[in-house]
Amino acid sequence: MPADATAQADAPAQGRTALALVPRTEARQTAKDFKSDQEVRWCPGCGDYAVLAAVQGFLPELGLARENITFVSGIGCSSRFPYYMNTYGMHSIHGRAPAIATGLATARRDLSVWVVTGDGDALSIGGNHLIHALRRNVNLKILLFNNRIYGLTKGQYSPTSEPGKITKSTPMGSLDTPFNPVSLALGAEASFVARTIDSDRKHLTSVLRAAAEHRGSALVEIYQNCNIFNDGAFEALKDKQQAQEAVIRLEHGEPIRFGLPAEDGLGGKGVVRDQATGELRVADVAEVGSDAVLTHDAHAATPVTAFALSRLADPHTLHRTPIGVLRSVERPAYEDLMAEQLERAVESRGKGDLGALLTGNDTWTVAG
Amino acid sequence: MTTEVDQDSRDTKAVRRVDRVIIRFAGDSGDGMQLTGDRFTSETASLGNDLSTLPNFPAEIRAPAGTLPGVSSFQVHFADHDILTPGDAPNVLVAMNPAALKANLADVPRGGEIIVNTDEFTSRALAKVGYDGNPLEDGSLDGYSVHPVPLTALTVEALKGFDLTRKEAGRSKNMFALGLLSWMYHRPTEGTEAFLRAKFAKRPEIAEANLTAFRAGWNFGETTEDFAVSYEVAPASSAFPAGTYRNISGNLALAYGLVAASQRADLPLFLGSYPITPASDVLHELSKHKNFGVRTFQAEDEIAGIGAALGAAFGGSLGVTTTSGPGVALKSETIGLAVSLELPLLIIDIQRGGPSTGLPTKTEQADLLQAMYGRNGEAPVPIVAPATPGECFTAALDAARIALTYRTPVFLLSDGYLANGSEPWRVPEVDELPDLRVQFTTAPNHTLADGTEVFWPYKRDPHTLARPWAVPGTPGLEHRIGGIEKQDGTGNISYDPANHEHMVRIRQAKTDGVTVPDAVVDDPSSEARTLVLGWGSTYGPITAAVRRIRRAGGRIAQTHVRHLNPLPANLGDVLRSYDRVLCPEMNLGQLAILLRARYLVDVQSITQVTGLPFKAEQLASAFKEAAPDAR
Repeated sequence: MPADATAQADAPAQGRTALALVPRTEARQTAKDFKSDQEVRWCPGCGDYAVLAAVQGFLPELGLARENITFVSGIGCSSRFPYYMNTYGMHSIHGRAPAIATGLATARRDLSVWVVTGDGDALSIGGNHLIHALRRNVNLKILLFNNRIYGLTKGQYSPTSEPGKITKSTPMGSLDTPFNPVSLALGAEASFVARTIDSDRKHLTSVLRAAAEHRGSALVEIYQNCNIFNDGAFEALKDKQQAQEAVIRLEHGEPIRFGLPAEDGLGGKGVVRDQATGELRVADVAEVGSDAVLTHDAHAATPVTAFALSRLADPHTLHRTPIGVLRSVERPAYEDLMAEQLERAVESRGKGDLGALLTGNDTWTVAG
Repeated sequence: MTTEVDQDSRDTKAVRRVDRVIIRFAGDSGDGMQLTGDRFTSETASLGNDLSTLPNFPAEIRAPAGTLPGVSSFQVHFADHDILTPGDAPNVLVAMNPAALKANLADVPRGGEIIVNTDEFTSRALAKVGYDGNPLEDGSLDGYSVHPVPLTALTVEALKGFDLTRKEAGRSKNMFALGLLSWMYHRPTEGTEAFLRAKFAKRPEIAEANLTAFRAGWNFGETTEDFAVSYEVAPASSAFPAGTYRNISGNLALAYGLVAASQRADLPLFLGSYPITPASDVLHELSKHKNFGVRTFQAEDEIAGIGAALGAAFGGSLGVTTTSGPGVALKSETIGLAVSLELPLLIIDIQRGGPSTGLPTKTEQADLLQAMYGRNGEAPVPIVAPATPGECFTAALDAARIALTYRTPVFLLSDGYLANGSEPWRVPEVDELPDLRVQFTTAPNHTLADGTEVFWPYKRDPHTLARPWAVPGTPGLEHRIGGIEKQDGTGNISYDPANHEHMVRIRQAKTDGVTVPDAVVDDPSSEARTLVLGWGSTYGPITAAVRRIRRAGGRIAQTHVRHLNPLPANLGDVLRSYDRVLCPEMNLGQLAILLRARYLVDVQSITQVTGLPFKAEQLASAFKEAAPDAR
């Protein structure tokens, strides 16, 4: 058996069944099929355009019946997303999209349900719904557009803004410690957690594909530039020169290496486990040897290493930011478990009989 | 209480026939008084009496034992005729401890019977509730017919053959008391025996112990001299139309109504809910009926509960959320979204005492204005309010009818008294329930100027003003909806001033146009000049009070409103045709405010916010005082 076939056989089975219940189309689709007739109203130069294009560009490859795809959003710039998709969609209220989508997905397993949210929507006002959707493992694909600022309310700091951020509401600098969305999702028992960047279309698409194929909740953090209120927030990850040192690209089964190439052509830096503390740290491969470098295992049974990876990034400079799929493990989806209970109830008690239910076991008769 | 004395042929004890009895079981929260009351009620129901119950318990699961705040009680009123309330004052008080006696004595009229568990009347227990002496010995109960019974000791004695500690055996004392009362009132016992066997099916020795205690209580009544008389209350056959009957509580009727609505609409039921007293029972009940395709989702909070229900409604389910007042406050924004999305959604509010956490286990009607107006913007929502526990069933069906027909969220306002109280209920035939089937839209509904066939999500039905319901999965009808103001017809985002004006008014017009039955006035004299108007659970005490006034020769008209938004079309004319309109409410006059504003009629409020239902006598006095000419 060829090596890659073995790897596939060992991989969790979710890829093959994720969209099994969603009707497919025979018709050949293009990105254009997913564009609605509505004029896109984001600021010129907004990172949201790139994500929209990537999503519209990638959906045709899933081959799903377009009418069985639904986008649900909350409030914020990114939450206008559903209006621009020629699918079913709901632009709901601030923070509540994961809850609304949970109801929809649970009631309708034949739908591919996507949630579009932002750092304020998902992590501030809607933090509760996000973590609970993740722990339940509802079959939602959650695209979290993180621009580390409040855009629609014109420039207040967000729960992912770096400490000390000067904004309209924090003239002397914000006092808050930010959330790391990937760490948060891992802590919330998420079965799929990934991070990508708006400007890297190829990477973004590959992550979206992996998310779509995952049965259960998939959280995709997308670093997205707000060119009006927080321009250049992710410059360190985008600038060719800096990116090599700043971005850690994770590939399942590959050594975690980045930075200027070493003699073997792979990155000169690698993530190693400190023998004394068990923590992860970055080391020069030349110093520690390539065997010491950790191999990325997105399917690891525990989220421990994924969490440690998520902590490598410096919240100020974003240096050593891992991107890619940090975790992808198989766990029953909430709506599948619920459907199973309903089926079992019918099997054991028969299909509900309303007349028998209303009558109950304890009646008396009044004669006419 | 009218009585006849008879001699029981089986022994020498007298049997009295009475037309109605009110019994109150009272004890510590841990004494099982709710269970005892429930069982006595079931026995009574199966005998065919009319009945009405009032459970009354503290919010604390186990308040400190033997204290006044820890007292839990259950009142049951049963009769050989049609009755309307759980009764003003108990004829019989069963007091399991000094706290129960102290907390309830004031409600027992002089001459009433009091059965006390003497084992609990220790100096320590007495001191705990502030008794200086022992009321059983100091003459303070001389005006009552007191039966001192060592319930605990008798129970322990009856169970000495079981491998139980004294403490464990003592726990069955409530079943001993139930047995005694069942003997006193000639209740059938098969139901309780079957119940105990089923409840403790996995622990047969406990089942047997409880059965033994129950029978020992019965035998105690039969053999001891202290209980010289037993009572018979004949079935209330003539009070009921022919049919099959069962006893039902408001929350159970509501849950059944929701299942029935789902079946009759042929839509799967989706309940999104967060546990809250006194609504949780509906979640519990619905979670048992998965074989009806019912999905119950215990959400992370109130907001997620309604959010998930709304999401499911978008997908074509009958979406329901159940809660109480504090939960409604949290759901307000989502209710507004549902108004804007124009999707069917049921919001069940089992009202309790407020504000804030208020009185979680007590009843109140103070959420009316919250349901009516508690949202940002002009966000009209139809409101349905059942009047009795059994009516919660039909109210659920009616709320579903409105939601599905008009594509709107609908409030159903029940309350703690309806939720936990119970009454005989005629089991309806499934065929006689309304047909609630809806048509999802499956094809384009609009033709553009260039001839293109398109789907407009806000193109309305000209009669109901409802928008089409096209669910995801329907090819060609892909569309987006949201909370931002939409252009009527296309549903596209619109900030146009004239469109907003139009949309606000059309949403109001849609709600105003909901078809509801006319108000029916009951006035046997046809000459009454005073009208009493109520809503919700006050129906029982109001009707009982009105009957009292009429029995005394008074003339008074009554109407009860079951639709609070929109109000019945004839209500203005009805109100204006009386000299005086009285409106009793368990709030500070919320419906009265609406009626005065809407009809410019000088409605007089009669209000009470004790956390307990009105008493009939008290209302009758209030009516007489407010309308001396009514008699």
